[in-house]
Amino acid sequence: MRELIRAAWVIGRRDYVATVFSKTFALFLIGPLLPLIFGGVFSIIGISGDSGPGPAPTVVAIADGDIARTLAAAHKRVEAPDSLRIEPPTGDLHAQTRRLLDGGDAAVLTGGLDRPQLTGASDALDHLTPDVGTLVDEARDLRALDAQGGAPTKVAVARRAVTAAAPPPRKQTGADTARTGQFVLVFLTMLLCGMLLSNLLEEKSNKVIEILAAAVPVDAIFLGKLVAMLAMSLTGIVCWSAIGVGLYELISHQGLWPQDFTLDTPAVGWPLFALLGVLYFSASYLLLGAVFLGIGAQAKSVREVQTLSMPITMGQLLVFAFASAGVGRPNGHTAIAATIFPWSSPFEMFARAAELPTLWPHLIGLAWQALWIAIAIRISSGLFRRSVLNSAPFVGRSVRT
Amino acid sequence: MNQSAPIAAPRTTTALAVEAHGLVKQYRDKRAVDGVDLAVPQGCIYGVLGPNGAGKSTLLRMLLGILDVDGGTRRLLGSDRPIRMAREVGYLPEERGLYPSMPAREAIAFMGALRGLGLHEGRARADDLLDRHGLGEAKHKPIRQLSKGMAQTVQLLGTIVHKPRLLVLDEPFSGLDALNQGRLEKLIRAQAEGGATILFSTHVIAHAERLCERIAIIAGGRIRFEGSVADARATLAQRVRLVTRATDGPWRAALPPDAAEEDGHWQFDLPDGGIEPLLSALIEGGAGIEQLSIERPGLHDAFIAIAGGAIGSEDIAEAKAIPEETGDA
Repeated sequence: MRELIRAAWVIGRRDYVATVFSKTFALFLIGPLLPLIFGGVFSIIGISGDSGPGPAPTVVAIADGDIARTLAAAHKRVEAPDSLRIEPPTGDLHAQTRRLLDGGDAAVLTGGLDRPQLTGASDALDHLTPDVGTLVDEARDLRALDAQGGAPTKVAVARRAVTAAAPPPRKQTGADTARTGQFVLVFLTMLLCGMLLSNLLEEKSNKVIEILAAAVPVDAIFLGKLVAMLAMSLTGIVCWSAIGVGLYELISHQGLWPQDFTLDTPAVGWPLFALLGVLYFSASYLLLGAVFLGIGAQAKSVREVQTLSMPITMGQLLVFAFASAGVGRPNGHTAIAATIFPWSSPFEMFARAAELPTLWPHLIGLAWQALWIAIAIRISSGLFRRSVLNSAPFVGRSVRT
Repeated sequence: MNQSAPIAAPRTTTALAVEAHGLVKQYRDKRAVDGVDLAVPQGCIYGVLGPNGAGKSTLLRMLLGILDVDGGTRRLLGSDRPIRMAREVGYLPEERGLYPSMPAREAIAFMGALRGLGLHEGRARADDLLDRHGLGEAKHKPIRQLSKGMAQTVQLLGTIVHKPRLLVLDEPFSGLDALNQGRLEKLIRAQAEGGATILFSTHVIAHAERLCERIAIIAGGRIRFEGSVADARATLAQRVRLVTRATDGPWRAALPPDAAEEDGHWQFDLPDGGIEPLLSALIEGGAGIEQLSIERPGLHDAFIAIAGGAIGSEDIAEAKAIPEETGDA
């Protein structure tokens, strides 16, 4: 084992240095940032374009009967707020309010004319409370006039301020965070694992492979290459993350970050979620990478590698679909199955970290994935020996005698 | 001395660097190596000779543990797990390979590191080796900027940088010009003088004749001869070349049955009784001897006879015609 790790370190160090300290690595780093940079630029342009007058925010008053009629009449007179819709109550006032706000309405007025309460996002409330106060005052005036027999004399009515309230708390399930985290994990794995397909072509074309195979165990070649590419990928992720954080700070400082674009705090908390993200990315990279390396080792040319890419990408998407099906029900059958299947396990477990706070399943998950990493490397290296070195079938015999 | 049959490795008290018994390698319907026995004494320069496709490279790869064996046993520096002795072994494969973007110095240090040498120590030794072999100015140049001969020298230096006890070279002279071949011979001798065992394969007989203490001739996947170069040459009788003034006469009765006339001279194997009785009979028979010489066959002749006898004269003729860059099984 010690010799295996030493040899893997020698090979991994060479690969890492040769890759990271090459001119092409800068292009590699820039590549994934281009769509983000373009996306960011166009978003800012779009937000800037949106700063002019747009459709007026709608206030929904939940009322029925006389109150509804009075509010409608008052709105005709004062025309404030700009857009008002009146809906009858449907039973659960909180749920109805939530639904309206989620549906895009700016604020919801409840409590009738005696205990009016305006609910909505804080910035919307700041903007709408004076108009709604005017509306309610006018409605009270109309009600008072109506009570006096229709005389047009205006009666002073004690004003009651409209209470501004935050939206009722949304139940935090972490599902959005789970989906987002899972997507990022899959995206990075797909983006970075593909390179492993052609990794051994270099050794084959340079004829270095026989020198390596004569000097160190083939398992060490595989392990070294995998770990080197993982380290290179993590280097890239650190760079991208640093740039991403910088851009976020810049955009949010300018007040351009979309208010609605927020994620629930993961169940295990952000720091642990980030750590598990690194661990599960590493696991998924090594699991998929071992397969890619083994399959890529069978290829004799770049063309063959390209041919292999399509079915492999489709396979990855299937794994992603499988893992994402379990999000929202982390203890459901689908989620458990996705946890057990080694290649979807890291994605599913990462989603679980967003949804459930229990930590011990992650220890078991990581151990399970480590076991499969070892198995995948062993099988792939056996395939490699069989094909590249034109060895006899390895199945059923020791890999190296 | 053994010939034309699978042989048993010599029983010797000398410690063996490489030992193989009944090695077999089967590729689908072809048996590339068929029951090979081999015994390479420590400190010896040992040549594995054979025509192209004889199984030399396959044999070396099996001995080194690069290929699994399908039958038989092997021991490398006393271990039946060759990879465990990797730090003590240097290997130059037939198909040379280096990372093109790697500087020469780093390439040598990397090859040393693969065999357990520290990177810092490897770089220091690489500097020394490159300087001593006239490549000091190329140490920081990437391999792709070196000539083919220089790149091959760099690879060879990488093979010896960790000071191996056993050096296995597969067709080491392939692709080198005469000057570099001479340098390589010198380097091989120097390694042997330093105590290393050298095992190399070649189909260019001259190198083996100059360098080897012992040889094995392999053909059709089997060892056809194992012994010293002198033993190999001794497998063929000495040849007598005779030129006479007389074209006919009683002296012709004295010629051995295998005597053949060709281009005005007679050729035949030296008779078992020696040259003196034949000489007397020729003189008495009035041959009028103009010229008589006894020629000792070279290793080349022995190789042709041994390997050719095993795989057929057509294959040998082909093997002779193919230049030395050609690949092996």
